Amino acid sequence: MKPAKFVHHAPKTLANALAILAQVAPLDGRILAGGQSLVAAMALRLAQPAHLVDINGVAGLERLAVANAELSIGACVRHAAFHRPVADGPLGRLLSAVVRQIAHYPIRTRGTFCGSLANADPASEWCLVAATLGARMVALSARGERVIAAEDFFRGIMMSALQADELLAEARLPLLSAATRFGFHEFSRRAGDFAMAMALALYRIEGGRIAGARIGIGGVEERPRRIAEAEALLEGQPPSDERFRAAAEAAAGAVSPIDQSAEVAGYKRDLVRALAYRALEQAAA
Amino acid sequence: MSDIEVTADTERAFTLNDRIEITLSINRRNYVVKVESRHTLADVLRDQCGLTGTNSGCEHGVCGSCTVIVDGAPLRSCLMFAVQAGGKAIRTIEGLADGEHLHPMQRAFIEHHGLQCGFCTPGFIMLAVALLEREPDIGDEDLLEVLSSNLCRCTGYQNILKAVRAAATLMRAPRAEPGE
Repeated sequence: MKPAKFVHHAPKTLANALAILAQVAPLDGRILAGGQSLVAAMALRLAQPAHLVDINGVAGLERLAVANAELSIGACVRHAAFHRPVADGPLGRLLSAVVRQIAHYPIRTRGTFCGSLANADPASEWCLVAATLGARMVALSARGERVIAAEDFFRGIMMSALQADELLAEARLPLLSAATRFGFHEFSRRAGDFAMAMALALYRIEGGRIAGARIGIGGVEERPRRIAEAEALLEGQPPSDERFRAAAEAAAGAVSPIDQSAEVAGYKRDLVRALAYRALEQAAA
Repeated sequence: MSDIEVTADTERAFTLNDRIEITLSINRRNYVVKVESRHTLADVLRDQCGLTGTNSGCEHGVCGSCTVIVDGAPLRSCLMFAVQAGGKAIRTIEGLADGEHLHPMQRAFIEHHGLQCGFCTPGFIMLAVALLEREPDIGDEDLLEVLSSNLCRCTGYQNILKAVRAAATLMRAPRAEPGE
């Protein structure tokens, strides 16, 4: 239960962090941000990185700001920053609603938003938010910058599009219009435990009809994603209990659970059906 | 990110077997210790600083028994490396009492039988103290949610809750005095 040896690097500037990362990436070097997943994995010896580039002392990475209709979230912004709304309108409220489901309070004072995205756990709430809202990730390396769309970012279980020498320096979430409604529901065995399934629904109601419908499902497949089949059943339709149930049924049918055994997959589909419905209903309230 | 000024600064990079000298500020006292980068704050508190009030339970962030307060925030000291804690204000259970005068949270745990075997107690107390210092007016539902973070294998949760609720009232009391 003790981490293996590693070399600790504590750069103070982004340029130095990227330079060190470029050097140690081929030597099994990794970024250390909040460490709430990585250090636990190291204690269990599931991870034994030879080098850690600790970015907690890097100036400027706590940046959390709204610009150009986007919320920019720097690499060292902790989960706890979202306990209270960080942006006007539905986006700030959405993030505050979701953050309560992320692990526990003392984990949230340390773990980071971007670290969750980089870790790409299928059960991560922030990964679901990023996939559903269409976040953009800013990856920096000594080679330069690239911006990665959410649909290209999540590649599989604990796999993202980040290269070994890239730092996820910032995530950008689009602001939501004032008329956007949202609902979020998650199921886990214990408070603060990993989600067995979760659903995030967003839409507006324009002229009595649903517009801009988005339904994201996480914790079921290898990566979180929007479910087009469910969204298509909602778009342009008047909101109703029947309509929500039909969309939830479509979501349950569309997902391909990681564990394909009949018992688990069937249970996961049941969860998706229930959670998608609850999320849609909550958004209507 | 071009707004970040790049300057020459001192880097710390150490080879695998080097012990790194760091200064930890714990309960307002400085401890100069030599640690390996892989040593967690929990282990250094116990093994090198002699502060064994902080207990190590699961050692991977699940149980909360190693909870301490760092720069005002409650966190798992098993999920932070000691080398990351240099220069930060660390508080442990040993620093809570004012001489012989126990902290209201400690008194409340005694009065409400908030401990049985006592293993989880320092973690629960540091969690609750940090929480109430940060959010003195926290609602009961939120309080429950935060306390769900730590495990008590004696399952003495009801009395822990009673103790924290009582301490919350005590800790709020001075703020109601006139002249604030």
